[in-house]
Amino acid sequence: MRRFYFILPLLIFLGVGVAFLRGFDRNPRDIPSALIDKPVPEFNLPALPGFKEGLSSADLKGDVQLVNVFASWCVPCKVEHPIVARLAKEHGIPVRAINHKDKPQDAIAWLQRNGDPYRSIGVDADGRASIEWGVYGVPETFLVDRNGRIRYKHVGPLTPEAVQEQILPMVKELRKG
Amino acid sequence: MIPELGHYALVLALFVAILQSTLPMAGAATRNIVWMEVAKPAAYAQLLLIFIAYLALTWAYVVSDFSVQNVVNNSHSLKPMLYKVSGVWGNHEGSMLLWVAMLALFGAAVAWSGSNLPPTLKARVLSVQGMISIGFLLFILVTSNPFVRVDPAPLDGHDLNPLLQDPGLAFHPPFLYLGYVGFSMAFSFAVAALIEGRVDPAWARWVRPWTLLAWSSLTMGIAMGSWWAYYELGWGGWWYWDPVENASFMPWIAGTALLHSAIVVEKRDALKTWTILLAIVTFSLSLMGTFLVRSGILTSVHAFAVDPARGSFILVLLLIATGGSLLLYSLRAPSLKAGGVFAPVSREGSLVLNNLLLSTATATVFIGTLYPLFLDVLDLGKVSVGAPFFNSTFVPLMIPMIAVMVVGPLMAWKRGDLPGALKRLWWAALATMAAVLYTVWTQGGPVLALAGIAMAAWAFFGTIAEFAERIRLFRVPLKDSLSRAANLPRSAWGMTITHAALGIAIAGMTGSSAWQSEVVKAVLPGDTVAIAGYELRFEGVRKAQIDNFESDTGIFTLMRDGRVLGTLTPERRFYPVSRMPTTEAAIHTTWVSDVYVAMGDPVEGSQQWTVRYYHHPLVPWIWIGSILLVIGGLVSMSDRRFRIGAPERRRTTAKPAMQPAE
Repeated sequence: MRRFYFILPLLIFLGVGVAFLRGFDRNPRDIPSALIDKPVPEFNLPALPGFKEGLSSADLKGDVQLVNVFASWCVPCKVEHPIVARLAKEHGIPVRAINHKDKPQDAIAWLQRNGDPYRSIGVDADGRASIEWGVYGVPETFLVDRNGRIRYKHVGPLTPEAVQEQILPMVKELRKG
Repeated sequence: MIPELGHYALVLALFVAILQSTLPMAGAATRNIVWMEVAKPAAYAQLLLIFIAYLALTWAYVVSDFSVQNVVNNSHSLKPMLYKVSGVWGNHEGSMLLWVAMLALFGAAVAWSGSNLPPTLKARVLSVQGMISIGFLLFILVTSNPFVRVDPAPLDGHDLNPLLQDPGLAFHPPFLYLGYVGFSMAFSFAVAALIEGRVDPAWARWVRPWTLLAWSSLTMGIAMGSWWAYYELGWGGWWYWDPVENASFMPWIAGTALLHSAIVVEKRDALKTWTILLAIVTFSLSLMGTFLVRSGILTSVHAFAVDPARGSFILVLLLIATGGSLLLYSLRAPSLKAGGVFAPVSREGSLVLNNLLLSTATATVFIGTLYPLFLDVLDLGKVSVGAPFFNSTFVPLMIPMIAVMVVGPLMAWKRGDLPGALKRLWWAALATMAAVLYTVWTQGGPVLALAGIAMAAWAFFGTIAEFAERIRLFRVPLKDSLSRAANLPRSAWGMTITHAALGIAIAGMTGSSAWQSEVVKAVLPGDTVAIAGYELRFEGVRKAQIDNFESDTGIFTLMRDGRVLGTLTPERRFYPVSRMPTTEAAIHTTWVSDVYVAMGDPVEGSQQWTVRYYHHPLVPWIWIGSILLVIGGLVSMSDRRFRIGAPERRRTTAKPAMQPAE
């Protein structure tokens, strides 16, 4: 019996340990997949001054398209920009953009300097639409199918590998179907 | 280049830790002195390597190297230098680096100072320290590497959470960790003693100073966190029974119990297995604190960015460290020889009662903190446990605790004289009654607050009475009393200071929860608000752009009976990078109470501001008491007997009769 008292602490601890272990299954934080295969959120963003078109949910139906979230103050955006341009020009994928928390004149100057591959740009000055899209930070790129559903999301700057291994095969697949 | 150096140093430290944890342990088992001796240089090497890693990360912060991910996430080029340096530990990765740095510091301290330890015990202690180090270095390198680069590097960082950009909080984690990690010493000593198979008074004498250091640091850390909550969160609360606070409070209570039970081991060679268990439990609770803050299992206002992968890693660490040591305990503790016997009414008896109450208090906080998790796991619904639970369970446990705390030191070892002890406390009892009557006269109630004041007064006056008894005040000439006081051991001084300090702090806690008053009002410049006999005239708001924030500072003239006492300048800050507002309350203290003003929001479309005014009676005593607790702990730690060799272990081998030929 005396021995039991010395084993008791271990038993209590193991009980607590099991509770901790099971506690992990309780709170899965799978935010990234939340919007995958869901229709794009309802939104309607104005155009940059001097630009014809803004961006709204209606623009994202009818064709397989990419939506690129960018800002002029974002260095990685500048890094991925040539890749975005190549996707639009060489692969003929329409790329739309959300200009995230930016000053319009800065965004226009940035596009003049780095080129404007976008079919249209929506100005999201206060970041509200980005929240709807579940954007963590810039840049992020979404792949939207013909029915306006989000099929893939890339967080951070696009890389040639991501384009080759993920985006192009998926675009091909979606265009077929 | 420098971050890579830090990274390599950390990897190297891991290999040194592997060496430190294996060779000396094997050496101690096989009595191989050379292997045992490896522990010492290994502990130094670890300290050096981790220090290099720590400096490397600090350098990245100081020069704002935004190619390091950790710096990007937690710093900004405009951030003041103080917070660039403290930002190193203001985030998960860096704080873990600080954790292992302190562990290495303690390891090196044992290697350096432990020359009077038996070689096998020292080798085993350092070896166990090495094992803890392996666990945490692996954790950092695998899941939380602070040296990860980011390419391309952004132009500027995301800034540190503005709430954390505060001098009180900047130094809160280092003290907290010094406490958590300090308890690893008691743990290592306990595990080593279990492996050795012997615990004796000398062992307790080696463990106690480390435990005192850890306890004092933890006290300081908790007090700083509490002080920060008091003036930064904007409404003058200083304790929320939040899981993260409880996570630091549990090792504190268990550590307090450990300090007291180690006295019994040292003086009377009793309570050995219990003390060993407490040492294991205290450090396990420290580990659990680290785990809870990072796992996301319990929700809290100030948890770190949570990541289940990290949580499961720490859980595995916890299972190995605690499970392993408790397994060892269940196998080896029964064979430890029981020591001296004592009557229930005795110094030992009162310390046992203290331990029972403190352990129950620890268990209470533990259950309250984890109850929501247990219910959730058993699918019995989701609940939250708040302050009412703790107030109705923890507080009642403290009443007998304080009562015994005062009487215990007046009792003799082995067999005490309770009526005699109580007789010597007669004037403390009178003073306590006077304090309660005074409270009834000035405040009236409530009953719980009167109980609080009674506890506080009893702890304070009773401790003073015991001290007066010890130096025979008013019974022998004053000069003799003073020389008696000067000759008292430091540990006796430490006890008197901490026990009296607890009384002061309890008075503060009672006053602030029972008698605070509050006014929330939208005011225009020129308006005057009266609270607790003071008047505050709002003069206007000054706007400014400072460092990395925008500031609105309210200007208030504080008056009493028409006499101007000073100006209060509460501030509301807005940090544009992280888009977060913070409040900096303005506090006018009389050392007995605080007048506290915090800026709310401007009322849109007018000159009005919402302002919160508080009067917090006795709150300053919480901080005075806390600081005295820390001082008392340190005074006790400096006791002479902890520094000189323990006589019990001194070798009694006869001197050789002849000098051997060389």
